[in-house]
Amino acid sequence: MDIKLYDLVGSFAENKDIAKEIRVTKILPALEDNKEVILNFENIKSATQSFIHALISDLIRKKGIQVLDKVYFKNCNDTIKKIIEIVIEYMQDHT
Amino acid sequence: MKIHLPNSVWLGNINPFIHSFDTSNDEILEITSHKKWVSVHPIVLCMITGLGLFIREKNSVLSFKKMEATSKHYFERMGLFKILNLKSEIKINPHESAGRFIPLQIITNSSELDDFIKEMIPLLHLQPEQVEPIKYIISELVRNVLEHANAKSGAIVCAQYYKKSNTIRIGVVDTGVGIRYTLEKFYYPKDDLQAITLALTPGITGTTTRIGGTEANAGAGLFFIKSLAKISRDFFMIYSGRAMYKLLKNPKNKQPKLISDPLKDHFSSETDLPFWRGTAVGIDLCLNNTLNFNELLDLIRGVYREARKKQNKEKYRKPRFI
Repeated sequence: MDIKLYDLVGSFAENKDIAKEIRVTKILPALEDNKEVILNFENIKSATQSFIHALISDLIRKKGIQVLDKVYFKNCNDTIKKIIEIVIEYMQDHT
Repeated sequence: MKIHLPNSVWLGNINPFIHSFDTSNDEILEITSHKKWVSVHPIVLCMITGLGLFIREKNSVLSFKKMEATSKHYFERMGLFKILNLKSEIKINPHESAGRFIPLQIITNSSELDDFIKEMIPLLHLQPEQVEPIKYIISELVRNVLEHANAKSGAIVCAQYYKKSNTIRIGVVDTGVGIRYTLEKFYYPKDDLQAITLALTPGITGTTTRIGGTEANAGAGLFFIKSLAKISRDFFMIYSGRAMYKLLKNPKNKQPKLISDPLKDHFSSETDLPFWRGTAVGIDLCLNNTLNFNELLDLIRGVYREARKKQNKEKYRKPRFI
């Protein structure tokens, strides 16, 4: 499943409510169906740590770090990559 | 209550302004101002607005003594009188330059914040790389208010860009429950200052005792913002309850280093201030000094690594970028 985030959040990904909605209504159901999920950041210029946290932290908490075997991050610019890396690092510390 | 707008209030010299705030009687708010010139940081405008709205909610008396200062037009343009529903009788020439400022705005929900972020950026006439940290700061601070403050009047925001110093100054204020109340559910801060320092510590949030936070909160937002100010060698302050924490400018001869413990930063604090219901945050950001945002993220990542309290034996996996 390829989730094009720009269509949902625009070029600045900061709305945590939308992040949660994407997680609950798209990502988790796809993972439950044993599907791979691509989080496609094409055209997204930046994101907040809070947004990325709301998008993926609960996946790691609920399904373990192994969930990253099924979740891919596509078309991330350097800033977004770094924020994702920070969130995933601290979630691995605390799960 | 009484509050006086003096000649000049910036983050560096804000302490006397706060000390002069008289909270003794909340049946009336009397606002007075310096007669010749008033020049203030956006946090001050937000605080005045917050107090005014608080008084309005209580149906108490709001008495704003007519401003005489030459700079009174600035307060009109920033929308202070309009937001407080006061007749200022100050006329603004519509042909004046628009300036680079974000007028006072009240944000009460997530979609208003989305709209605000989209609309505010063109007002500043800045380059895209310059607006990234500004968007970041406002988004994170306002979301903190919306999620934790329980403030009837929402988040009060304004900002001003100063071309000469290439600095943006931002204020985000609420008149909600304050940081100490928010953290008391899971932590037991002994006073307001300890509550503020907990809030600034990465990994601590008011929604759980679990380090690393919940599905919605990681306890990292304020730490990120303080880090931006530190790397820019600028001021950052939080005033909540009776306490204020102020990150001081990093000395020019000293390489700024991010530290997870806010009490180990170069800071000043006060603990016996007039009680502020809610939280007031001010930040200055010199856009000359702001690191590339990616470099800042590298530094923050390093701090997180250093701050690890427990070692996890589980093997790390990395995100796969395709």
